[in-house]
Amino acid sequence: MNIDKIDRQIISATQAGLPLTPQPYQTIADELGISAETVMQRLSDMQEQGIIRRIGAVPNHYRLGYKFNGMTVWNIADEYVDEIGERVGQLDFVSHCYHRPRHLPEWPYNLFAMVHSKTETGVKQQQQIIAELLGEFNLGHDVLYSIAILKKTGLRIGN
Amino acid sequence: MDEIDRKIINHLQDGFPICELPYQVVATELGLTEAVLIERLKRLLETDILSRFGPMYHAEKMGGELTLAAVKAPQQQFQQIAEIINAMPEIAHNYARNHQLNMWFVIATDKAERLSDVIQEIEQKTALTVYNMPKIKEYFVGLKLEA
Repeated sequence: MNIDKIDRQIISATQAGLPLTPQPYQTIADELGISAETVMQRLSDMQEQGIIRRIGAVPNHYRLGYKFNGMTVWNIADEYVDEIGERVGQLDFVSHCYHRPRHLPEWPYNLFAMVHSKTETGVKQQQQIIAELLGEFNLGHDVLYSIAILKKTGLRIGN
Repeated sequence: MDEIDRKIINHLQDGFPICELPYQVVATELGLTEAVLIERLKRLLETDILSRFGPMYHAEKMGGELTLAAVKAPQQQFQQIAEIINAMPEIAHNYARNHQLNMWFVIATDKAERLSDVIQEIEQKTALTVYNMPKIKEYFVGLKLEA
């Protein structure tokens, strides 16, 4: 995956967001002194290569009423975590699902699944659905709610 | 937030076209004018109903490095510790959570080596242990929240 100087300039110009002008790619091109065709081609290529996951809107969960954002964490035997992680990741209310390291003895959890709901009961139900899916593979779990956003600037990389 | 806002939010979570007049294309799909769409988007961003609008980059694929980390911040120093951590430009977001590990943040750096420096710096400045939990494997990242 090679990112050259032009890609980096485009990344840098769009990390905070896309211009809200009728021709946003032209606006970026003008800023960088390149053609709109180049900007569009590079963005398409980066999207194809997965460097751009997608172009679109990210809602503020809280403002849409999703006040209960639970980080559900699970202790799964390492030999099963991949198989189980794939299945949990496919649930339609899971936004992120990762295998992460434990920090024993205080942090025994190695599977993280973020869930979102408008009610606390909703999160509990989602957690229950995951627990049922895991069955005996679930060696312990917890859910951590976000109480406050202390910082949210998004990623700033590739400048 | 009205029905039109909801339509815009739901539609734009699915993607945005790369073409000369992308707002025009989306506006037509939604039965709006380009000017109304842009105006609405501006307001949704200003009022923080949308956190972002644009390309979502995959940090690791750009050669960057990401990790999730947590600390146990003593209650009486909580604010102070949040300030120390948030002051570092490498901190992408930081959440207070209801657990003994009560502060969870994402560190994003351009180069892998820088990550351990940032962790070390946080440990020095806060005198706390940083529990580093870099992802071993990603199973899914996505989700559409119905507005």
